Amino acid sequence: MATDRTWIVPVAVLLALAALPAVLTPYSQDLVLKIAVYAIFALSLQLLVGMTGLVSLGHAAFLGIGAYVAVLATGDGGPASLLWLLPAALAAAATYALFVGVLSLRTRGVYFIMVTLAFAQMAYFVFHDTKVGGGSDGIFLYAKPVLALAGTTLVDLDDKRQLYYAVVAALASTYALLALIGRSRFGHALAGIRINEQRMRAAGFATYPYKLAAFVIAGALAGLAGLLLAVKDGAVNPELLSWHESGAVLLMVILGGIGSLRGAVIGAVAFTLLKELCQSEALLGPLAGHWQLTLGLAIIAFVAWLPKGLIGLGAPGKTRAAQRDG
Amino acid sequence: MAEPLLRALSLTRRFGGLTAVDGVWLDLNRGELHAVIGTNGAGKSTLVNMLSGELGASAGRIELEGTDITSWSQPRRSRAGIGRSYQRTTIFPSLSVFENARLCAQARTQRPWALWQAAGACATSGAAAGQALAATGLQDVAQQAAGLLSHGQQRQLEIAMCLATGPRVLLLDEPLAGMGAEETERMLALLTELKRDHALMLVEHDMDAVFRVADVITVMVDGAVIASGAPDVIRNHPEVRVAYLGEGH
Repeated sequence: MATDRTWIVPVAVLLALAALPAVLTPYSQDLVLKIAVYAIFALSLQLLVGMTGLVSLGHAAFLGIGAYVAVLATGDGGPASLLWLLPAALAAAATYALFVGVLSLRTRGVYFIMVTLAFAQMAYFVFHDTKVGGGSDGIFLYAKPVLALAGTTLVDLDDKRQLYYAVVAALASTYALLALIGRSRFGHALAGIRINEQRMRAAGFATYPYKLAAFVIAGALAGLAGLLLAVKDGAVNPELLSWHESGAVLLMVILGGIGSLRGAVIGAVAFTLLKELCQSEALLGPLAGHWQLTLGLAIIAFVAWLPKGLIGLGAPGKTRAAQRDG
Repeated sequence: MAEPLLRALSLTRRFGGLTAVDGVWLDLNRGELHAVIGTNGAGKSTLVNMLSGELGASAGRIELEGTDITSWSQPRRSRAGIGRSYQRTTIFPSLSVFENARLCAQARTQRPWALWQAAGACATSGAAAGQALAATGLQDVAQQAAGLLSHGQQRQLEIAMCLATGPRVLLLDEPLAGMGAEETERMLALLTELKRDHALMLVEHDMDAVFRVADVITVMVDGAVIASGAPDVIRNHPEVRVAYLGEGH
C-alpha cells in the first residue's frame, strides 16, 4: 500500500541534488550530471518495461533522435531557444516512437524485442552511413540553447551551473510525471496490461492504444534525455543510437529494479558508477583496459544475488504475492 | 417473448479442416439461465470465445439486441455489455482483490488522459467494484492479494471481475470447476440471483448443477447442437441420452 509519505525520499534526494554543486569538484559535478541524464533515460524505459511489461531493446533510438534534433535544429546560427528546441526534440523522438510503436506493438515477447532492436538499428545506420548528421564522426553543438523572454536571458545552458539545475529540474519533472501516471487510471490500466492483457481486453480495454500511448510517452522522455545529453557533451555521434546504449539502459532498469521509479534512478546511479569504477586505472590498474569484462562480471553478480534489483534490498516486508509478480 | 438479448445465428468456426463450432443457433434472454453442455472438445469454450469476441467467426452472425456485432472487437463487445469469465482462473494475482474488480470496472470510465486523478480515488469504479465484491461475498478479503485467495475464492473473483464491468449478458465458462460442495452451493445461489436481471450462459460439466439451475439446456456434440430445450425435454431426449448421458448401449 502506498502511504502518504512516499514523496519524502524523492524530495530529500532532490534537495540534496540542488545543494550538491556547492561541494562538488567540476569532475564530480559532470559525473552527477551524466547520472541525472541517464536517470531520465532509465525512467523513460521503466514506463515501458516495468509499468507496461514491454521489454524494448531499441530505446536508444529515441535518445539519439532527441540529441541529433537538438544539434541539427540549432545549426550554426547561434544559440537556439529552448522554447522551440525542447518541443522539437521531444516531438521528433515521439514521432519516431509512434512509427515504431504502431508496427512493433503488433508483436509480443521476444518478437517485440527483436522488432524494436531492428528499428533502432535502422535509425542508427541512417545517422552512421549518411551525411545527415555528419556520418560516423557525429557533429558538434556549437551554441548551447538558451531560454530568453522579451530580450532577457533567463536560462543559458552554456553555463555549467545553470545546465546542472536544468537537468535536475528535468529529472524531477520526469519522475513526477511518471509517478502521476502510475497512480492514475491510465497507469493502473498499464499495470493490468502488464499482468494480464487478455483479462484487460475481456474487461473492455482496447489495450493496443494504451500500449502505444505508453510507447510514445517513453520515446518523448528518452528524447528529453537525448537533448540534455547533447547539450552536456556539446556533441553527438551515432553511438548514442547503438544497441549498446539500448542494452545499457535496459541493464540500468534491471539492476535498479523492474517496476519501480526509484529502481530506475538507483540503476542509473549504480550502472554509471560501476562503469566509472571499472574504467578507473587508478583503482584497477591494467585491468581498466578490459572494463567491459569487469563490468559484465559485476552485473552478472548483481543480478544473481539481487534478482529483484538494488531496490529489493530496502523492501523486506512485502507479501509473497507482491514479490512474485511485483 | 421479446427479442433475445444476445443471439447466435448459424455461427461457425473452422480451424483448418476442423469445424469446432458448426452452425450453432442460440438465444440468450434476460432472466434466463441457458446452460451449454457437451463432452470435452464439443466446442463449448470456442463458442464462448466467439460470443465474447476473442475469436472471430468463419461464418454466421452474432446479434446484440438486434445489432450485428459479429465484427466488433472483444473490448467493444465488453463495453456494450457482454461479460465473460474464464475456465482457467484469469485474474491479476499481484493486485488486491478490490483492485482486481476496480480495474475491470474502470473499463466503463477509462478517461486515460486524466493523469491528475488517482485511480484509487475513482468513485465510479470503486463503487462498482464494491458492489461486485459484495454480490460474490468477497468483501471481507478485499484488501488481500488476489493470488493468495483459495481456489474457490478465485473462482468467485472471476465472477466479481465480470460483474464489475456492468454486463447485461454473462458468459460463464465452467465457474464450478474444482469447487467444493459448499462453494458450489454458494455459486449456484449467486447464479440464480444474477439470473433476475442478466442473461446468463453457463458452460458446465457438473450435470446435477446444470439440471438444477438451468432454464434452457443446449447440448453440443462435435461443434453442432444436437438438442436444445427445457431440462426435462433434454433429460428424456433420445439422441442426448445416446450421445452424452451414456445410455442406449
